[in-house]
Amino acid sequence: MILRLDDIKKYFPVRHGFLQRKMEYVKAVDGVSLAIKRGEIFGLVGESGSGKSTLGYTVVGIHRSTAGKIIFKGEDLATRQHMDVRAISRKLQIVFQDPGSSLNPKRTIRQTLELPLKVHRLGTRRERLGKLRELLQKVELPEEYLHNYPRALSGGQRQRIAIARALAVEPEFIVLDEPTSALDVSVQGKVVRLLLSLAKEHDLTYLFITHDLSLMRNVASRVAIMYLGKLCEVAPTSEFFKNPLHPYTKMLLSSIPVVSEEEESLKPERSVPKGEIPSPVNRPSGCGFRTRCPLAMDICAQEEPRRTLVNEEHEVHCHLFNNSRIKGDYDWND
Amino acid sequence: MTAEERALFKIRNLCVAFDLFRGTLPVLDHVSLAVRRGEKIGLVGETGCGKSVTMKVVVGILPIPPGRIASGEIWFDGTNILSLHGGRLQDVRGRIGLIPQDPSASLNPVFQVGTQLRDAIRYSHRHRNLSAKEIRRLAIDVLAEVGLPDPVRNLSNYPFQLSGGMKQRVLIAMALAANPELLIADEPTTALDVTIQEQVLRLMREAIDRRNLSILIITHNLGLIREFTDRVYIMYAGQIGETGSTRDLFNRPLHPYTKGLLASVPKLTGEGVPFGIPGTVPDYLNAPSGCRFSPRCDRTTEVCASCRPEMILIEGEHRVACHLYKEEQEDDPQAG
Amino acid sequence: MTYITHSRLSKSVDTFREVWYKFSKNRLSIVGLLIVLIITILAAFAPYIAPYPAHAGRFVNFPEASQPPGSRHLFGTDVNGRDILSRIIYGYRFSLMMGVFVLALVVPIGVTLGLIAGYFKGTLIDTVLMRITDIFLSIPPLVLALAIASVLTPNLTNAMLAISLSWWPWYTRLVYGLVSSLRNEFFVQAAKATGASTPHILFREILPNCVSPVLTKMSLDMGWVILMGASLSFVGLGVQPPKPGLGSMIADGTQYLPDSWWMVVFPGIAVMIVVLGFNLFGDGIRDLLSEEEA
Repeated sequence: MILRLDDIKKYFPVRHGFLQRKMEYVKAVDGVSLAIKRGEIFGLVGESGSGKSTLGYTVVGIHRSTAGKIIFKGEDLATRQHMDVRAISRKLQIVFQDPGSSLNPKRTIRQTLELPLKVHRLGTRRERLGKLRELLQKVELPEEYLHNYPRALSGGQRQRIAIARALAVEPEFIVLDEPTSALDVSVQGKVVRLLLSLAKEHDLTYLFITHDLSLMRNVASRVAIMYLGKLCEVAPTSEFFKNPLHPYTKMLLSSIPVVSEEEESLKPERSVPKGEIPSPVNRPSGCGFRTRCPLAMDICAQEEPRRTLVNEEHEVHCHLFNNSRIKGDYDWND
Repeated sequence: MTAEERALFKIRNLCVAFDLFRGTLPVLDHVSLAVRRGEKIGLVGETGCGKSVTMKVVVGILPIPPGRIASGEIWFDGTNILSLHGGRLQDVRGRIGLIPQDPSASLNPVFQVGTQLRDAIRYSHRHRNLSAKEIRRLAIDVLAEVGLPDPVRNLSNYPFQLSGGMKQRVLIAMALAANPELLIADEPTTALDVTIQEQVLRLMREAIDRRNLSILIITHNLGLIREFTDRVYIMYAGQIGETGSTRDLFNRPLHPYTKGLLASVPKLTGEGVPFGIPGTVPDYLNAPSGCRFSPRCDRTTEVCASCRPEMILIEGEHRVACHLYKEEQEDDPQAG
Repeated sequence: MTYITHSRLSKSVDTFREVWYKFSKNRLSIVGLLIVLIITILAAFAPYIAPYPAHAGRFVNFPEASQPPGSRHLFGTDVNGRDILSRIIYGYRFSLMMGVFVLALVVPIGVTLGLIAGYFKGTLIDTVLMRITDIFLSIPPLVLALAIASVLTPNLTNAMLAISLSWWPWYTRLVYGLVSSLRNEFFVQAAKATGASTPHILFREILPNCVSPVLTKMSLDMGWVILMGASLSFVGLGVQPPKPGLGSMIADGTQYLPDSWWMVVFPGIAVMIVVLGFNLFGDGIRDLLSEEEA
């Protein structure tokens, strides 16, 4: 177990009304508990507003959690003091979604990559240069790029630089926030393959945040689905795609546009997604998904669904599976 | 008759160049495509392949200069748009509706939805002198048609009060309100979540079938193309590489780029992470004079880089521009 | 070695040609550049260029007083018999000096305050800094400068200080706006997540991304500062006689209108040209820098 999240909450205050007197909260992450094993690639999937990125930012300390514990290698990060932020940020790194905006356009690749080394006072000037060359080699780029500005690089190359920056301080855990969704499909694969080989080589653990379930099918060891700041379902990848339980998971799976007949046959029976994703400010009472759920019951509006273990590794947050109905097979009547 | 002859809309040998300081970039290289009445056509390509430039030329928003239409024709219902000016051009353009890419940036944030929709209707029906009441009626009808809940109330909403999916519905409504014959949709669902994308595509399909419209949908999303379109054009670096019925093209891709593209999509079947296509898109400044995919192609031959492959007919409507394939049906009078 | 120097040279020649290509797309920018160049040369080499350098100071020659434009005095002479052309050339010297000094003082202060306030948006620092800025902004700059200049002894230095005091808030506002969006960029988040210090983030990550708009504003502002300097000098709060200020020359000449029109018209045109020149030049700079971003 390298990282455990214990009931993490992240609320953003929004003021509005006359003289901004009224205070409301965007409950971006509203009680998420997860355990990520060392060396695994944990896929966190959700649509916009699900809070998946906020959760990732909270883990690496860009946001401070409102409540809950982030236990990294036995240490609680949520209470981390100013002093040891540096030491911890070395171990936890992040790669952002859009390599266009995650690299400073006015700084050379060398300046960008050298920053983490300087901050953590690693090596002399000469040693650092050697390290930078090594990093570029790791991400399969020629070392001449050190003197270029990001503008001169393609999207895929920029993302490699962003990966190199994360690797610079030899982290153990990397949050990948949609690392390939801004890239063309013909280069995505190469970047993901690079990430996978780096994970093996450096014994890294990834929290892979994405909206792309098809990608997770091929990458993640376990997958979690988030909706409006809460978890819906967590399961090992093969189980997840073979036996999806939560109605939202099924809706997501059936909405994925695929490119072949074989894939089509793997999707759950088609259901028309209905309704809009509610705003995280006005989360529906009870289960957040009930407004769009084809199987919503009375209890769904009154009570939040509890975490139910279908088997040892498969958890689902849905009233359909509380207690008696644990079997998990139900009629999908649209 | 060939697809081209019966087409409502066709682009023939369109060449567009950009004159920049670095030199002249020949972005579009003899692009031809056709859309028949009632057809759903996809134009697929990756970043920088020229699909947006094509759209801009058709809609008339290509910045000139630096852009320049070097040659080619764009025919709509028997007239060449590129030879028209002024009011006549506006009238023809009015029969082509545009569904833009980014719903949030495409509605003016300071006007109510109703105001913008009514303005669009008033302009597109300017020859009919509609009364305010009729325009409002039309606006409500068309919002109902795209499945916007409570259209009357939504008329007085501002864009920020709507979600992305709702805004896209409003934009589709705006395009439909003009009673177009052809819709051009530029990445219509890229900004939307998958479950919302599914809804929007569904309503677009219904509206198109109901009104017997044609649509040219421009996207990089292969899955969407497979589910939505009848025929597809694959574009790479300003050249059309392959075209055919969606079923043929996905079941039996011919062009090495099409094959590579399809293989690059991660599959639900879990076959592992795809390798993608080696190399990167060429700089248009130094693009090969022949097949522009040749530097990345694993089956490239000597002729590829120097000689531009012609579109050849393989079967039915399946055509490919690749030197690997030879014209097989010489006796077919429509071929070539 | 020679090879490297050669390639460096040809590279910078290429860059220069590209810069010129972008700048010269708008013909008016070239006009602006020419005006700015000529005025700068005039000002820099005034003692060598002005036909009568001595006329820029305490000089009296009544026999030639109030002469209309002619071959000896291209722009005529004033009531003391001083050559107006020479005085305009020296006037440019003081005007440009004023522009350069004011901007050199105002830009670092305004930009730094804007950086800090923008980065700490929503905190007390932001509130305090921006409210002070707002107060300065709410007073019309000319009135503020007039008030300040009239309290201090009227001379060039104090006029510059007065203008500076009313000018910095504009830079604070500009940079504040830029920073409040830049600070949310992922590259800033990434630097923060790395543990970089706040000064590093402010000056190394954010500041370089503010340079283009600030430079554009500076080149446009040169003209405005000069105009403001001329206005102060018009009411006697700038360069002190006998030194020539463009504004004070106009003010002095107004007493002899309409007969001795040249005493007002030529200095007036001189002010107009310099302001216009810097504005056109500034537009060119904006085109150049904004396209570089694209």
